[in-house]
Amino acid sequence: MTDNRTLRWLLFGYLALVFVFIFAPILFSVIFSFNSDRFPTIPLGNFTLKWYQTVWNDPDVWEAARTSLTVSLSTATIATALGFATAYTDYRYSFRLKPIYLGLILLPPTIPLIIMALAMLAWFAKLGISGQVMSIIIAHSVLTAPFAMAIIRLRLSQMDPSLEAAAWNLGANEWSAMRRVIVPFCKPAIISSFCLTAAVSFDEFAISWFVSGLNKTIPVIILEIVTGNIDPQVNAIGSFVFLVSMTLVIIAQVVLMTRRKKEN
Amino acid sequence: MVAPLVEFRSVVKRFDDFVAVEDVNFTIDAGEFVAIMGPSGCGKTTTLRMLAGLEAPSEGEILMDGRVMNDVPAHERDTPLVWQSLALFPFLTARENVEFGLQMRGVGAAECRRRALEWLDRMEILEFADRDISSLSGGQKQRVALARSLVIEPRILLLDEPLSALDANLVIRMQSVLTRLQRELGITFVYVTHSQSEAFAMADRVVIMSRGHISQIGSPKDIYRAPANRFVAEFVGRNNIISGTVTKTTAKTVTIEGSLGSFTVQTGRHDAPRKGDLARFVVAADLAQVAVKQPKSGSVIPCTLISEEFIGSVVTLFLEAADGSELKVQLQERELSKMDLKSATTIYLNWADEHGHYIGVD
Ligand SMILES: Nc1ncnc2c1ncn2[C@@H]1O[C@H](COP(=O)(O)OP(=O)(O)OP(=O)(O)O)[C@@H](O)[C@H]1O
Ligand SMILES: [Mg+2]
Repeated sequence: MTDNRTLRWLLFGYLALVFVFIFAPILFSVIFSFNSDRFPTIPLGNFTLKWYQTVWNDPDVWEAARTSLTVSLSTATIATALGFATAYTDYRYSFRLKPIYLGLILLPPTIPLIIMALAMLAWFAKLGISGQVMSIIIAHSVLTAPFAMAIIRLRLSQMDPSLEAAAWNLGANEWSAMRRVIVPFCKPAIISSFCLTAAVSFDEFAISWFVSGLNKTIPVIILEIVTGNIDPQVNAIGSFVFLVSMTLVIIAQVVLMTRRKKEN
Repeated sequence: MVAPLVEFRSVVKRFDDFVAVEDVNFTIDAGEFVAIMGPSGCGKTTTLRMLAGLEAPSEGEILMDGRVMNDVPAHERDTPLVWQSLALFPFLTARENVEFGLQMRGVGAAECRRRALEWLDRMEILEFADRDISSLSGGQKQRVALARSLVIEPRILLLDEPLSALDANLVIRMQSVLTRLQRELGITFVYVTHSQSEAFAMADRVVIMSRGHISQIGSPKDIYRAPANRFVAEFVGRNNIISGTVTKTTAKTVTIEGSLGSFTVQTGRHDAPRKGDLARFVVAADLAQVAVKQPKSGSVIPCTLISEEFIGSVVTLFLEAADGSELKVQLQERELSKMDLKSATTIYLNWADEHGHYIGVD
């Protein structure tokens, strides 16, 4: 009995430590973003919104935010559409080269980011489209489509295989069945995949840094500020980025989970 | 002559090299209740799916109203199917599920709603119209599935083991719902099942399939009393199958001699046994009798009692004949209580000659 109890406390403590390691830096970043001292030291100075004001008044940050938003929304749309199409192809058809097809689709996340970024840069330069917002969008779509595909494919695998045929049987042609049955069934997965790919794109640094040219995204501008000098503005932007990403990820989780609960 | 509603002409279905349905020929008339029965994997669902246009026949033709349907896509056929898994749309309410087929046919929203509610009412589940599918019980889902198929007013309804997921009480209830519906609507039902009791209780005609081909088509009574071959005799169960050699033939009977003696049995219309052929015949267990004194008439086999099995008021006796073959007889418990079988050394299995049916060898 006591053994059991000790073990439980030990495990609990371990879990708590893991969370501390993961979240402490972020927490401190948030705390220091409200701290009046220029250097992150303890004891803290006064509470201030000055860093947020600086950020707010910085046109470069605004420009980067706009770019990041455009990129992440476009990426999410393209990646989710691609992911849906590939997942449906996998669900619907069986063909001989399917393992290769799946392997190719799921490949991008396994390539080291830096290599992918360099390759993208070289490729875009050759095509003459480097340094544009569009190039970041294309690169991010390639990177995140596999996530979208994985999420939607999982959802399709939970579908009663007769469901689509049932729609045909009731008079729906292929398109109506897709619109009225497959898409509504996959809706939770489509929403979460949209949120997750948007979050990944919003946070992504390496590729953005290589291919963005003058169109800096938020992570790129953060690095620029940090390399210049130590500036608590970074904490303010960081807190904002963290908030956006967490919101997207939480929406994705909640959408997937409530749906599952309802169906059981 | 009116063309039958459905006709299968030499239909074959192959999946790669595997033959799932082999040279199937049969017709279904309008208004009939046909059951397709057979063991798992014999091709029942495949046959039904071909009728619905969800699989294309590899060979042969399927006709409806005399029109070849092979190239008509599934969504242009009015052949709604009640699925084994029900395949209700989980993201729609009961009413929206029922409306689906109407919407696909371009029926206006108000009319869709009216007709959907009318059918839900008819299936006695109107109060659940706006419930999510996941919150309904098995029997309620079943009724939604039926309403969804019937609301489009088809001439034929296909059902693939629709009751297999329900508990025994509910099965009986739904059976009566189905037979009543079929009579009231006057439409054709094609009902796939591997339950003999479901098929025999509801169908006008039963198609028995085995390994992709049809073993027998007939009324439940025909199939039960005069199985056409050994497969059917064993499949419907409780039959004694006895083999021997043909020694004599007449227009309607054949005499078969084997290790248990010589027996005269009935032949069917299409049978043509010849002298010297190897042959089998069946005697239904419930048409045979037992006696402790040697009976004077009919066919007789002396046996010893091995075991008995009680199910309700029906008793099945398992007997062993002189050559070691096992025979069965089924009788009412009160008949049995009149006899003293326990002390008898020999029990005589006995049946009237018209209860023996020739089945040939296959
Ligand atoms: N799409 C398919 N690809 C390959 N083989 C198939 C396919 N569909 C069915 N089969 C095979 O065809 C045979 C008949 O299948 P079918 O589903 O018609 O059987 P069934 O009589 O309905 O059986 P059950 O009572 O188990 O439902 C089976 O052996 C099955 O494995
Ligand atoms: Mg089946």
